Amino acid sequence: MAAVSAPPSQPEPQIRREDAGDGSARLLLAGTWNLQALGRRAAEISAKLQTYAADPRAAWDLTGIDRLDDAGAVLLWRAWGARRPDRLLLRSEHEAFFHHLAHAEHPPRRRRGFSPLNAALGTGRFALLMADHAAGFLNLVGQVVIESLRLLTHPSHIPWRTISANVYRAGAQALGITAMVGFLIGVTLSYLTARQLKIVGADIFIVDILGIGIIREIGPVLAAVLVAGRSGSAMTAQIGVMRVTQELDAMAVLGISQIQRLVLPRVAALALALPLLVLWTDFSGLVGGILAAEVQLDVGMQDFLLRLPDAVPVSNLWLGLSKGLVFGVLIALVACHLGLRVRPNTESLGIGTTNSVVTSITLVILVDAAFAVAFSHVGFR
Amino acid sequence: MRDRTAVIEVRNLHTRFGRAVVHAGVNLVVYRDEVVSIVGGSGSGKTTLMRQMLGLDRPARGSVTVFGCDVHRGDPRELARLRTRWGVVFQEGALFSALSVFDNVALPLRELRILPKDLVRDIVMLKLEMVGIEARHASKLPAELSGGMSKRVGLARALALDPELLFLDEPTAGLDPARSENFVSLVGTLRQELALTVVMVTHDLDTVAALSDRVAVLADHHLVAIGTLPEVIRADHPFIESLFRGERGRRALGAVPPELQVS
Ligand SMILES: Nc1ncnc2c1ncn2[C@@H]1O[C@H](COP(=O)(O)OP(=O)(O)OP(=O)(O)O)[C@@H](O)[C@H]1O
Ligand SMILES: [Mg+2]
Repeated sequence: MAAVSAPPSQPEPQIRREDAGDGSARLLLAGTWNLQALGRRAAEISAKLQTYAADPRAAWDLTGIDRLDDAGAVLLWRAWGARRPDRLLLRSEHEAFFHHLAHAEHPPRRRRGFSPLNAALGTGRFALLMADHAAGFLNLVGQVVIESLRLLTHPSHIPWRTISANVYRAGAQALGITAMVGFLIGVTLSYLTARQLKIVGADIFIVDILGIGIIREIGPVLAAVLVAGRSGSAMTAQIGVMRVTQELDAMAVLGISQIQRLVLPRVAALALALPLLVLWTDFSGLVGGILAAEVQLDVGMQDFLLRLPDAVPVSNLWLGLSKGLVFGVLIALVACHLGLRVRPNTESLGIGTTNSVVTSITLVILVDAAFAVAFSHVGFR
Repeated sequence: MRDRTAVIEVRNLHTRFGRAVVHAGVNLVVYRDEVVSIVGGSGSGKTTLMRQMLGLDRPARGSVTVFGCDVHRGDPRELARLRTRWGVVFQEGALFSALSVFDNVALPLRELRILPKDLVRDIVMLKLEMVGIEARHASKLPAELSGGMSKRVGLARALALDPELLFLDEPTAGLDPARSENFVSLVGTLRQELALTVVMVTHDLDTVAALSDRVAVLADHHLVAIGTLPEVIRADHPFIESLFRGERGRRALGAVPPELQVS
């Protein structure tokens, strides 16, 4: 193998040092000085060159080099300390390499590193950015409200097709995953509580725990988290890509409202789809819980369904569905807000998509906590 | 006799990106029915200038007025009306990637919400025919088009509302010579038929020579020369020197009488 990849005639970079007689050195460079030949040995050769170049009186003779490329030239140039040595012999066709190097500019150096000033500036910038996001988000909310009011007076302008496409994508296509996750959480919850209930002999209270827990809390939050991960990120990416491809600019100059075309259909779609998904997740969660209860406890499906209406006042369902509506609107607004702020580059697109998911899930949980406090007197007996 | 009503007025425009200055006091007036070409080196800020004329980017200082309406501070309602009076072809086409060719061109028409469906269809097919896109391509998505085709669909979309003012960013870049020629003659015919005012950014001297009434040269953060082509060529500036009096420049400008070409 080695013989094939490096035949004996393979040209190599060569350096020879001679005494010029007057006490100074003559450095004879020969062979091939290109990227392939230098390859892995670049560090070694560079170190060698640097020790030779330490002697300012050395005479460099490059006429023996029969192949030179930019990589070889840069290697030499750096060894010389970014200037031509005083005594240099060069083939005329290699002159151009060093001519370019003498005129190449350094990239502007960015100063990094920690300093208290930078830290303070960074914190200030972050605060300003957050304030900017808040203002932008409020602005978006305001525009969506105005646009919805306008549409209510012009029902023929409502973009039904876009809305229904989004309902299908965010809602119908999420039925499988929400059913599965809801079912498994129902089984887990039922399984865990069953053991405790058995100890105190309060088996039938499994109905209260599962009913309230799933319908009031777990169903809405679970559906919202799944939708934020599936559809929130997709919405940010869709709008963000339109920034990258300048489609948003094209819309702006054509006078097509981004709120009307992009934001409103998505907000409406999630406002519609998420409560329905909450209902569906509740259902799957309860099915899972009932099945597990049947196995673990002596609470059969009939007992469960008979007790459910008594144990769980229907206001819990309304509360859960309203949460679904609020979460849906929130997720869509966050996704659109961040999508519209994507800068025209792929990195910003990636950051925007990630932020969309993280922000909307955080907000969902915050708002859920606010609901819990505000409605603490509703839905219990 | 040219109509001297101003369509676009750019006054004392300053642009900065971070610390990099792009424009430092650009002034330009475009009159009705004329074709103005903006030329300049790569990175001299031509696209940025056009984006500011369109109200997409905000200048650091200065103002842009189009049809008497300030594009950055004007009344939103007036701006909405303004946007139906201009058409824009972007450097990269910027077609709506989720919509077919047909729907791309139809969108501005549908947005008016006053035209019946079959009328929209006929107008779209007419515009596509004008820019040389065959009917069988109408149902394709932008991703399925070649670069030159996207550009022509972009032009069809820009022309959908029969604009009075047309912005073209590098209209012939990426077209083969025959297509470029077609494009130039197309814009030439359109401006006769539709009384168009055109603002065009281009590197292509043939296009400049064939279409422009006036040429504005952007260099060193300023418009260093504005005028008819012969006037601009006589102006004294290193960039103009290198652009028009080089070998390629002279070939492209063969039509200009030799007594105007300073050697
Ligand atoms: N969004 C931006 N952020 C930072 N700098 C920018 C931005 N857009 C443009 N620039 C800078 O402004 C300058 C002008 O850019 P512009 O795109 O207007 O050039 P141009 O004249 O259209 O060039 P070309 O002929 O290559 O299209 C460039 O130096 C570019 O780096
Ligand atoms: Mg440009």
